[in-house]
Amino acid sequence: MNDFRDLLSQYPPEKVHQALAHVTPARVEQALAKKERDLEDFLALVSPAAAPYLEGMAQKSRQLTLQRFGNNMQLFAPLYLSNECQNICTYCGFSLDNKIPRKTLSDKEIMKEVEVLKGMGFEHILIVTGEANRTVGVDYLEHAIQLIKPHFANVSMEVQPLDQDEYERLIRSGLHSVLVYQETYYRETYKIHHPKGKKSNFDYRLETPDRLGKAGIHKVGIGALIGLEDWRVDSFYTAMHLRYLEKKYWQTKYAISFPRLRPFSGGQEPKVAMNDKELVQLICAYRLLDPDVELSLSTRETEHFRNHVIKLGITSMSAGSKTNPGGYAAGKESLEQFEISDERSPEKIAGLLKSQGYQPVWKDWDPALQNTFR
Amino acid sequence: MLTIANKTFTSRLFTGTGKFPTYQSMQDALEASGSELVTVALRRVDVKDKDDDMLAHLSHSRINLLPNTSGVRTAKEAVFAAQLAREALGTNWVKLEIHPDPRYLMPDPIETLSATEALVKEGFVVLPYIHADPVLCKRLEDAGASAVMPLGSPIGSNNGLRTLDFLKIIIEQSNVPVVVDAGLGVPSHAAQAMEIGADAVLVNTAIAVAQNPVEMGKAFKMAVEAGRMAFECGQGTVSEQANASSPLTEFLSYE
Repeated sequence: MNDFRDLLSQYPPEKVHQALAHVTPARVEQALAKKERDLEDFLALVSPAAAPYLEGMAQKSRQLTLQRFGNNMQLFAPLYLSNECQNICTYCGFSLDNKIPRKTLSDKEIMKEVEVLKGMGFEHILIVTGEANRTVGVDYLEHAIQLIKPHFANVSMEVQPLDQDEYERLIRSGLHSVLVYQETYYRETYKIHHPKGKKSNFDYRLETPDRLGKAGIHKVGIGALIGLEDWRVDSFYTAMHLRYLEKKYWQTKYAISFPRLRPFSGGQEPKVAMNDKELVQLICAYRLLDPDVELSLSTRETEHFRNHVIKLGITSMSAGSKTNPGGYAAGKESLEQFEISDERSPEKIAGLLKSQGYQPVWKDWDPALQNTFR
Repeated sequence: MLTIANKTFTSRLFTGTGKFPTYQSMQDALEASGSELVTVALRRVDVKDKDDDMLAHLSHSRINLLPNTSGVRTAKEAVFAAQLAREALGTNWVKLEIHPDPRYLMPDPIETLSATEALVKEGFVVLPYIHADPVLCKRLEDAGASAVMPLGSPIGSNNGLRTLDFLKIIIEQSNVPVVVDAGLGVPSHAAQAMEIGADAVLVNTAIAVAQNPVEMGKAFKMAVEAGRMAFECGQGTVSEQANASSPLTEFLSYE
């Protein structure tokens, strides 16, 4: 089997773009009518030609999601451990050239956050840092996971890409899943947005899910940052990546996120805007391609949007998020990675889910299921 | 009456607890179903919390809990999870689920057999979830499984008895109860499983995601009873041609 780098090179953006422009209404209808769908069908469903079919897509997406996940919504919270970062990313509040106060949490500060998050009811925690190998390298992460793990059912991580042996170390400490977004699959654009730091290595990032699969991780989250390039093309690459990974690392579970660029201190305007209708189209297209994949929605999105999109295919969402290190215990400071949009408390979100006939699921994992002494 | 490992059940409908919109609707649907054996995913309950919401809704005296190991990928993890469930939930019954494939949740036959051997030695009542593989079922029976739970079709698919031919062989050969698990989407699927001689069925998704889970629980209860009754009555044989008259041998009746 080809590696994903080869696969990606066979589909230059112009080619995908052209294919998208040539999708006909008849082709969309065909994709919609199928029982199982392939990447070509996904492409048809994210094309502009599919826009008039949004309601039909939403109905099918809802039906498939209910069948596979039931009326359940998994809840999680991010725990920002550090905003130190050696990278320059043109769209991120943690970027090295962004002159904000930097902070990395101490053990005591981490435990304060843990206490607040536990009090809110969370059992699934996502630890987040910038990329600063000297301060928040694998030793720091391992220590943090060991510190946090006894207090939660499930620990995930969204940090810099690591080597396979480093992932193996963290999995042994109880790490359950890793989220690593490619930001954009356009090689040339990627270079422009990541001019400095380890993150500028496109291929090392692209192959991170491979290293995770080889390390035996339980779950990998992938995605593209919406706003850097044509979202339809980047989403096609994400779907292609998903299919590649599912076949190759078949014991790993996958999740997809679709973060839209949010304002942050010192940030730039997105190159490509995606409206709410288009995001719904994308969510439904992912669900129609893959009835089993987890689809995750963050607090970047507005209350109004989140209230309505719950029923369309999403299976996990964050709630009450703070995106600055120490944010839960200390309150709002100006160290955030990006501004959140839905500021409602986890309790309120749980109430909203219940009012829509959904069960908020705080715990869907148990450390006993992950024998870390293998 | 159905007996598994010295426990008798009046109801032959086993149920699951996943995918319900609320714990109350789960409780109401399970009550309507008459189910006496209910699976609980270890991953979903907080075993440290005595007042866990889900468990509180399953505290009905009729209901026996059947913890499952859903989420494990190896025999070793399954044994560890079963031990924890025994300690936390006070039951030595376990529905053994080992599916390294997180998409279709296909059970791993090799790890399942090995975990069954280990758990039986430790005194567990093991009910393994498996593919509809007749030879594996015999191997599990030899290893001491208290029942076998072959799938009708992939979990949650509502596709019914796609493995019908193999289920028939398993039922014919088995010395332990056969519980058809996974894929039953409508009551007629459950009735069909019972008609071919399954000892019980396990249903979750079809009840949990129905528009009206309570009524659907009741419908499955009735279908399982009807299917079992038909099986016990001894069905007429199925023939490709009508047997109403005998034009070639009718003359013999004049004798």
